[in-house]
Amino acid sequence: MSRLPFYLIVGLLLVVGIAISVHRHVQLEVPWTPGEQRQVWEVEALVNFNAQGGPVMVDMALPTNQQGYRLLTENTASPGYGLAFLEDERGRRAQWSIRDAAGSQQLYYTVQLLVAPGSRAPEVESPPLRRDIVWERPYDTAAAQVIERAWGRSADAFSFARELIRDFGDERQGENVRLLLTQFERSPLLVRLLNQAGVPAREVSGLVLEDGRRRQSLTSWVQVFAEDEWALFNPATGARGRPDNLLLWESAGQAVLEVQGATNSRVSFSMLTHNQPAAAAVRNQLADDTLLNFSIHSLPLEEQALFQTILLIPIGALVVVILRVLVGIKTSGTFMPVLIALAFIQTTLITGLVGFLLVVAVGLVIRSYLSHLNLLLVARVTAVIITVIAIISLFSVLSYRFGLNAGLTITFFPMIILSWTIERMSILWEEEGPKEVLIQGGGSLLTAVLAYLAMNNPWIRHITFNFLGVQLILMALILLLGNYTGYRLLELRRFKPVTED
Amino acid sequence: MWTTPDKLRAKGIIGMNRRNIRYIGRYNDRRLYPLVDDKLKTKLLAQEYGITTPALIGTVTTQFGVKHLRGMLEGHHGFVIKPAKGSGGKGILVIEQSAGDVYIKPSGAQIRLEDIERHVSNILSGLYSLGGSPDVAVVEALINFDERLSEYTYEGVPDIRVIVFKGYPVMAMMRLSTADSDGKANLHQGAVGVGLDITSGTAIRGVQFDRTRHDHPDTGHELISLRIPDWRTLLLLAAGCYEMTGLGYLGTDMVLDRDRGPMLLELNARPGLAIQMANGEGLRPRLDLIERQPEGGSPEQRVAFAQQHFARQSELREAEPEPSAVAVG
Repeated sequence: MSRLPFYLIVGLLLVVGIAISVHRHVQLEVPWTPGEQRQVWEVEALVNFNAQGGPVMVDMALPTNQQGYRLLTENTASPGYGLAFLEDERGRRAQWSIRDAAGSQQLYYTVQLLVAPGSRAPEVESPPLRRDIVWERPYDTAAAQVIERAWGRSADAFSFARELIRDFGDERQGENVRLLLTQFERSPLLVRLLNQAGVPAREVSGLVLEDGRRRQSLTSWVQVFAEDEWALFNPATGARGRPDNLLLWESAGQAVLEVQGATNSRVSFSMLTHNQPAAAAVRNQLADDTLLNFSIHSLPLEEQALFQTILLIPIGALVVVILRVLVGIKTSGTFMPVLIALAFIQTTLITGLVGFLLVVAVGLVIRSYLSHLNLLLVARVTAVIITVIAIISLFSVLSYRFGLNAGLTITFFPMIILSWTIERMSILWEEEGPKEVLIQGGGSLLTAVLAYLAMNNPWIRHITFNFLGVQLILMALILLLGNYTGYRLLELRRFKPVTED
Repeated sequence: MWTTPDKLRAKGIIGMNRRNIRYIGRYNDRRLYPLVDDKLKTKLLAQEYGITTPALIGTVTTQFGVKHLRGMLEGHHGFVIKPAKGSGGKGILVIEQSAGDVYIKPSGAQIRLEDIERHVSNILSGLYSLGGSPDVAVVEALINFDERLSEYTYEGVPDIRVIVFKGYPVMAMMRLSTADSDGKANLHQGAVGVGLDITSGTAIRGVQFDRTRHDHPDTGHELISLRIPDWRTLLLLAAGCYEMTGLGYLGTDMVLDRDRGPMLLELNARPGLAIQMANGEGLRPRLDLIERQPEGGSPEQRVAFAQQHFARQSELREAEPEPSAVAVG
């Protein structure tokens, strides 16, 4: 009988489980530990304009996922305006529209951004080289000379851009540059010159993120392309590279704000940053719910809480399997300890243990009287269930009277399971004596406590809830354990006398 | 307190996990379990296959049938009433003698017919069966226990457990009840387990509470002199249970009757591992050897094979000087 299919299934489960988990970690930045803090920026854009008493159309560029930042949530406040989010070759944009508006108007857009150092920029294609650049006299000569000067001192597109921008620097500004600057803004001029020299480039707008800043405006940057690379240059200093705190707000070379039917339009930004637990940051993720990103987070909050518990049950079951197969602990009822452990999560450990022992002990005393009545099994267990409910009610009322609110959580115990436990223990007591009851009862409690410790561990809760792939890994582990033919730990003690001679 | 897996492996001890996966899971078809879990079915099947069992006096299947007990019991001085689906010796009522309306238990206690009727009624309602399912009461003739063995036991009838693997008897032990075990033959309750040599049916070693014993704790009788009469017949009966049930890994419980010789008492599809303790030897080498044997062969051939390959010397002898021939040779 070949075991190959078995190992194939186990291997497949392991590979798929690990792959899904790693995918969630890498692609969605879900951290492995719950304590990790993530920095989140909250940026508010305020659009101001004076409407002229007719239809108004506002079109504003919006940031996208980019190197270093990932979009979490976005909101707008624009009463009375129609709103649409567009995504086309001009990048992501918001369009507000209104049929009739007059006077000063304000539109708000806020976005939460997760600082994600691992986040990659989407592929950016080089814009076509602009060949339609026309200079008027005498700017054409000045431009040609500026280009020639910088060209001579450079080796490639990036060094050319650097040299060009340096020539705009104060101390090296020649008269050609001064002449050109009388007619053009610095950044559009640089883009024109670069294109003129055959280097694709465009002007993009970025926001320098600084905590607590208000009324900031976007800064202009020059994006230079060479082959399949691009680099960002500061048009003021010529420094190459994107500063870490720069958020590219508009990166398609378009206008940041276009307003029709209004005057005096401007956009200003305010921002603040805070740290929040990684798990919360994950929850706010604008997840595209594809099959691979399959996640419990897409469910309503109430169902999420339910699933948090359900997804822990395999962990408890794994503890039971390990203790029975590898250690050899006897429990009363195979998975009863898992249910007791679930109750412990609600009651906390000490209260739970005390409550459990009280209920079972009192239940056993009453059950021993019931056994004298010589009842049929189902009737007897039902009588025990009612007894357990009575005990739990009594303890709840008593503990409340004495001001012990912890006692009220005793109602979380699964009563039918408790009743069967009492029934089984009682039969065990009659047939095998109190020693066996202690062994199995103690084994069950020990298993329940260990299962509780595992299921209540914040790290395990975080992992099981955020990485569904872990369930497949657990499945593979349990299949492997089901195939274990070696000795149990307690057998090393049981069989010791045989090895002694 | 603890030993190492290596030492156990060297001794060939098999653990629970291995027993469950490699032997019970592989050789015992679950479909066949009811044959051994229901003592009445086992008994009827055994009669069909010519395997000796305690004589069946009758069965009670309905509460109405309880009324006919008196007629059934008439003329039998000693008998045993047991639930067909009971386990672990629960609900077994032994009557040694009867005089008119009075029935005497082995302990000397006297009971009346009404008590027996109530006991049977309890059996029928499932008081002793697994899960409380309705059951059948089986009335058997009392075993006339072989007196040659009476010095080795305290109350209770000693039984002999033989593990039969693919029809080969691989290991055997005798379970002697003691005062500690309250007349029951369960090792973990304090009965003495005596490993038996498959070749000769003599005692190899005795254990109680996992410690070596040389004598019976209550009668004080030396275990070394223990020799099972009719040993080959007993092994043949045990080996025949393979054809009878089709179960590859089987525990057979046998008793010795003074007049009728070895008899099958009951079968177990999940026999325990304590037999390794009583024999001071693991099952693994023997099971491995049997697994290499081809299928087929009559019970006689299988018993002969086992007797030839599984011979053991008793460990109970006081440290005798080694034969000098060994030193020379």
